[in-house]
Parts: sequence; structure tokens; C-alpha cells
Amino acid sequence: MRKNWWKILCVGLLIYVILAAFLMNAPRLNILNETIRNLHFHVTMWFGMVILLTTSMVQAIKYLRTGKIEHDDKSLEMANAGILFGILGIVTGAIWANYTWGEPWSGDPKQNAAAICLLIYFAYLVLRNSMKDDQQKARVSAVYNIFAFAAMIPLLFILPRLSPNSLHPGNGGNPGFNAYDLDSKLRVIFYPAVIGWTLLGVWLASLKVRQRQIQRALED
Amino acid sequence: MERNGDLKDSSFAIPVIPSESTLVALHLYLSLWGMKGAQIAVLIKKELLSEWRQRYAINGMILYLASTIFVCYMSFGLKAGAIEPLTWNALFWIIILFTAVNSVAKSFIQESKGRALYFYTIASPAEIIISKIIYNAVLLLILSLVGFGIYSLVMSRGGDHSSFDYTYFILALCLGSTGLAASLTMISSIASKAENSTSLMAILSFPVILPLILMVIKLSKNAMDGLERSASTDELVVLVAINAIIVAVSYLLFPYLWRS
Repeated sequence: MRKNWWKILCVGLLIYVILAAFLMNAPRLNILNETIRNLHFHVTMWFGMVILLTTSMVQAIKYLRTGKIEHDDKSLEMANAGILFGILGIVTGAIWANYTWGEPWSGDPKQNAAAICLLIYFAYLVLRNSMKDDQQKARVSAVYNIFAFAAMIPLLFILPRLSPNSLHPGNGGNPGFNAYDLDSKLRVIFYPAVIGWTLLGVWLASLKVRQRQIQRALED
Repeated sequence: MERNGDLKDSSFAIPVIPSESTLVALHLYLSLWGMKGAQIAVLIKKELLSEWRQRYAINGMILYLASTIFVCYMSFGLKAGAIEPLTWNALFWIIILFTAVNSVAKSFIQESKGRALYFYTIASPAEIIISKIIYNAVLLLILSLVGFGIYSLVMSRGGDHSSFDYTYFILALCLGSTGLAASLTMISSIASKAENSTSLMAILSFPVILPLILMVIKLSKNAMDGLERSASTDELVVLVAINAIIVAVSYLLFPYLWRS
């Protein structure tokens, strides 16, 4: 029980988030209207993705330092969970954009950056599959993981801020989160949602890691 | 064509080798970073030498560049009229990108196993990657300058020509080829470890290179339009930062690749 407290926390938070996101009062805003509820699903996916991919990169560094294969398992599964969150983020974003910006894909710098980010991690998976030897696979893909992460930072955090024509809030003269959230009601749901979804991603990854370890034990 | 023992050969007097003073300058610069500049200079020499021995390779790259440019020229039907400066610029960088992927790919993928092993026994991994990056950067800079020459000769473009800022355009070429060289060298060493490395090279490198290419396209577009130079400061800073990140990360990570 002591080891599993975070899973209970995760389920509790997500039940609260889903109920609250759909049922609580949403601020009345032009254009956005009720779609602001998507904040707790779409934006949190990106927070979760960045956290999971960062963990994946940290595990890759740990693997290179120690050479223990379980770090590689963790690195791969964290990346897989991050990719899942990325896809969900793009889909929820496209649905939201369809109702607020008028079309699912409007070539917004952040949309493009997200798509490129996914391309990088798909390439990571292809790279893994093109090698047979386990240790070599782990080492080379750890190197690419760290390299790609370093190249992704300017993509996700710097480039969208430099371009003047982003439709996302907080860019190019658009008001940020603060302006939409006058009474901080959204924050009460938003921050627990970030924690809840991220914990769910970690949970998913840890199950897959255990599955891999069992498989490896059976093979040996 | 391939001969081991190049490094101990004293007959380095081949026209393409940079003069002694440049090598000394390079040495001093690199020893500031606490590395064996002499080793790196020797390794760069080795790259240049093997390039000179296979002259068809560099000639091949120049021809590749020229024929790609000609394909673009013919398919746009440019005899009839000019293309927009925006398209002109983007097309130029796409051509450079493909040339770069093809020419840098050979730095690890096409290197023979025996020779690679020999160099690995006499030099440290950090020296190898730094020398390869420097060599590839010089190679790409030459290729992109030649490419720029041919491209601006045949591809006519609309818009105002008088305000073209050549200094900044060439600065963009320098920064672009350094960044491309650094990231592609690293990616080619990653791809060379896997099967099917030629297509992997493109899959792995394109998304990683995109931020760099976008910045460089912006910078060179500003130069083409002859904007105030202060307008490009943001792009310059980001480009230098991206280059620094890529070189630093390659320098740190290459030793792990090299072990396998």
C-alpha cells in the first residue's frame, strides 16, 4: 500500500478532474465559450508529454552512465507514453481548433512544432527497430534520444515564441492564460489535471517496463 | 585508393591542404579548449587527403548540386518568368539540405571498417568527432557557396535586387553549413550503427534539423530583402545557440557511440 499511494492519488485526481472539468462553471468568454473545458485535457497532455519525454531523456543518460538495461526499458517506455500523450494532444487540439479557429489544422507554429516533435520520436522508434543486438540498440538509441531532446528544446520553447503569428494564447500579442482566468477557477482544476495525467502516463510506462522485464526473465 | 598509415606519411604537400599558419591558428584555438589541437589538425588533414585522393566524390557532389539546381530551373519553367523571392530562398535551402545529407552521410556510413578501426586506436573519440565536424563544415561551406553561385546564375527571381545584403547572406551560409555539418555528422554516426542506414539518415536528421533550417531561411530572407541588420539579431542569436547546443551535445555523446 505504501508503494501504491500515487496510483490512488492518480485515480482520485483524474476522477475529480473529469467531473470538475465537465460540470463546474466555466468562465464566459467570447469564441471560446464552453470549449475552455478542453484546457484540462488538451494543455495538460502537453505538460505530461514534456515531463515524460524529459524523464525518458534522463533515463537515457542513466543508461549511458551505468549500462544497466532496465534504464533503457524505462527510457523507451517513457518515450512511448510521451508519444501517446503527444498524439492525444494533437487530436484534442485539432478538435478544439476546429470550433475556435475554424479548421482542425491551421499551420500554427505550435501545431507544427508538435508535429515535428512527434516525427523525431517516431524516428527514434524506427531507429530502435533497425538494430538487433540489445546493448547496441540501447546505446545508440539512448544517444539519439539525448541528441533529439537537445534539438527539440529550441523547437518547442523558443521558435513558437519568436514567430509573430501564433494563434495560441500567450504568443504574438494574444493574451495568455491569465487573461482568461480572472477568478482562478480554472487553475483549481488545471494543476491537479497536470499531475493526474502525468501520473497516469508514468503508471502506463511502469506497467510496460514490468512486462518487458518479465519477458526478458522468461527468455533467459 | 585507400591506404592505411596516412598519418605517419610525411608527404602531405598536396595543394588542397591549408597552409601551415592556418593549422597553427587552428591548433591554438583548439588548445584553448583543452584539447589536442595537433591531433585534430592531423585528423582534418587526413580527411582532406582522403577527399583529394577520391576527387570524384567532391566533384560528384558539385555535379549533384548543379543537376538538382538545373532540375528545379527546368521544372519551374523559369525561362518564362521569375519566381517569388520567398520560393527562391526556400528552394535554395532545400537543395542545400539534400546536398548536405548526401555529402555528410559518407563521413561514417561509407568509411571502411578497417580504416575506421585504425583511426579509433590512435585518436580519442572527441578528437575524431570535432575534426569530422570541422571538415564537414568546410566542405559544406564550399558546396553551398558554389551552389549559391550556380543557383543565382540560372534562377531568376522577382522583387528588388539592389538591396541584396551579400555579407549577411554569406553569414547565413556559414552558420547554416556549420549547423548542418554538426548535426548531420552526429546523425550519420548514429545511422551507421543500424541497418538500412541511408534512409535512416533522412528520417533521423530532418526533424532534428528543422529548427536550424527555419532560422537560416528567415535570416537569409532578411538578407535578401536588405532589411536593417538589427532586425536579424534574434535569428543570429538563436542560430548560434542551436549550433553551440548541437556541437556540445555531439562532443559529449560521441564517445558512447564510438565504444560499440
